Amino acid sequence: MSKFLYLTGRNVKLFFKDKGMFFASMITPIILLVLYATFLSKVFEESFAAGFPQEFGVPDKLIDGFVGGELLSALLAVCCVTVAFSSNMVMIQDKVKGTIHDILIAPVGKSVVALSYYVATLISTLLICYSALIIGMIYLGAVGWYMSAGDVFMIMLDVLLLSLFGTALSSIINFFLSSQGQMSAVGTIVSAGYGFICGAYMPIAQYGKGLQNVLSLLPGTYGTSLLRNHSLNGIFRELDEMNVPSEVIESVKDSLDCNIYFFDGKVSIGAMFAVLLLSTVILAAVYVALNVEWKKHNKKNKINKTQVEG
Amino acid sequence: MDRQNIIQIKHLCKSFKEVKAVNDLSFCVKKGELFAFLGVNGAGKSTTISIICNRLKKDSGEVYINGNNVDEGVSSVKKNLGVVFQNSVLDTSLSVKDNLKNRAALYGITGEEFSKRLEELDKLLDVSSLSKRAVGKLSGGQRRRVDIARALLHKPEILILDEPTTGLDPQTRKTLWNAIAQLREKNGLTVFLTTHYMEEAAEADYVVIIDSGKIAAEGTPYELKNKYTGDFITVYGSEEEKISSLGFPYEKVANGFRVAVPNTKRATQLIVGYPDLFDDYEVVKGKMDDVFLSVTGKKLTGGEQ
Repeated sequence: MSKFLYLTGRNVKLFFKDKGMFFASMITPIILLVLYATFLSKVFEESFAAGFPQEFGVPDKLIDGFVGGELLSALLAVCCVTVAFSSNMVMIQDKVKGTIHDILIAPVGKSVVALSYYVATLISTLLICYSALIIGMIYLGAVGWYMSAGDVFMIMLDVLLLSLFGTALSSIINFFLSSQGQMSAVGTIVSAGYGFICGAYMPIAQYGKGLQNVLSLLPGTYGTSLLRNHSLNGIFRELDEMNVPSEVIESVKDSLDCNIYFFDGKVSIGAMFAVLLLSTVILAAVYVALNVEWKKHNKKNKINKTQVEG
Repeated sequence: MDRQNIIQIKHLCKSFKEVKAVNDLSFCVKKGELFAFLGVNGAGKSTTISIICNRLKKDSGEVYINGNNVDEGVSSVKKNLGVVFQNSVLDTSLSVKDNLKNRAALYGITGEEFSKRLEELDKLLDVSSLSKRAVGKLSGGQRRRVDIARALLHKPEILILDEPTTGLDPQTRKTLWNAIAQLREKNGLTVFLTTHYMEEAAEADYVVIIDSGKIAAEGTPYELKNKYTGDFITVYGSEEEKISSLGFPYEKVANGFRVAVPNTKRATQLIVGYPDLFDDYEVVKGKMDDVFLSVTGKKLTGGEQ
């Protein structure tokens, strides 16, 4: 057990001490913040205000709370996956530098090493995402707080689930990578692309129908939607109390990806949780299978060679 | 006294596609011995080491470490081995102490036991002065000291040094070899060395030279020198004509000539036969470089052929 704990601690420490890796994990969130600071917040603010008839007189605090909630959900949606990818780069770096040979020269199982990468990635991702959540909540407290304790709990759960998903996905992809070039390529693709495909930069509802259908096949989409729902729940409750017609609220939810459609069928919150949970379990199982198969493959090789010798 | 064979390699073969990296290699390393394993790049040294360390699967043959077959008793084999890799593989962004602590934990050495072991290693390699510094900020020599400390954390019986002193200054090389000599003396440590520095190989108890995956020559440095090189008489203050008349190959060196003779007996005969010519001279045996060149037809110089 101490071997696993020390290895996990080492992996977490390496991620936070490696400025390159840490900065790479922050690229997407930084892009997002820049986009919000320069124009996205204004776009959301105007489109939100324009979505309601004038007689409702949506207060500024509500609009600010909405934009803040939108930003928070987008930020968490990208962080859970991109940070997981970056922190899991420790696994590739160990292969590139040859450190993995030094680790495996000791009497420690390959499965222990594989699990240590997984858990360390999850810990690093959660540390950053929950820190982002705290900062985001302080910001929301300052501009317009409408969340309940239940909403906060659900966001925390969403972050946990999406981080587990990001960790499992990155573990599988990184398993096959073994060079600096591959590491940089994957890091760049994930940093640049994930914000778009998960609907963080722009709601998926604003994309074309074909792309919407494709993105509805990706489990990460439901993670973003869950975060958006729970970040904006308070806003929708407030609108309901203001007697805004439910049709209007639903149309706002549609435009913000709070309602997600799988080929025209609306996906319930429960189903979103199920998709995310199930895909995480499947991905984690694939990661375990990859490690087991690799081990078996090596064993088989050994047996074959013994037979040849015999 | 015939010491116990701590490493036994029997008919080891390993190919990479058509290339036979190791071809029917058999040798033994005795307990407490400084064993030098020499060969040019691509001769099969690293492949053999990787198989010994269970990092690479062999095609055929047997490898025993302290009596344990590397295919069967992996855990006990690993506990017996300490490896200093060609390039430092410690975590550069972590401190020396963190690195050593993390690696020690892989052998179940934690807490008080680790602190005690660190003290012991500090006496030998002076690592405590570096403990708070990041490995990436250390000089080459300091990093090598830490690498050796890491390899010795679990008190292995065999220390594998894969070109440990390449790129180090002579002073640091001396410090490292002093530490290793102490370990051998006090703990009976067996050292399995690959090196490009022939003066280091000359200090070995036993030398195996491999070429194209096969053993090209083996023996003690003394035996190898006697078998594969002659003696050299360096004559000072003499004229070239007289040296030339001796009928032995020679070369010009600073202030004199270096005459190659088949052996010490022939050198003695020459000196006694030409007392006027040999007024100021010295007789030395051939060096390990000469042995290597004679055996493989290649020069072994700092990683290049």
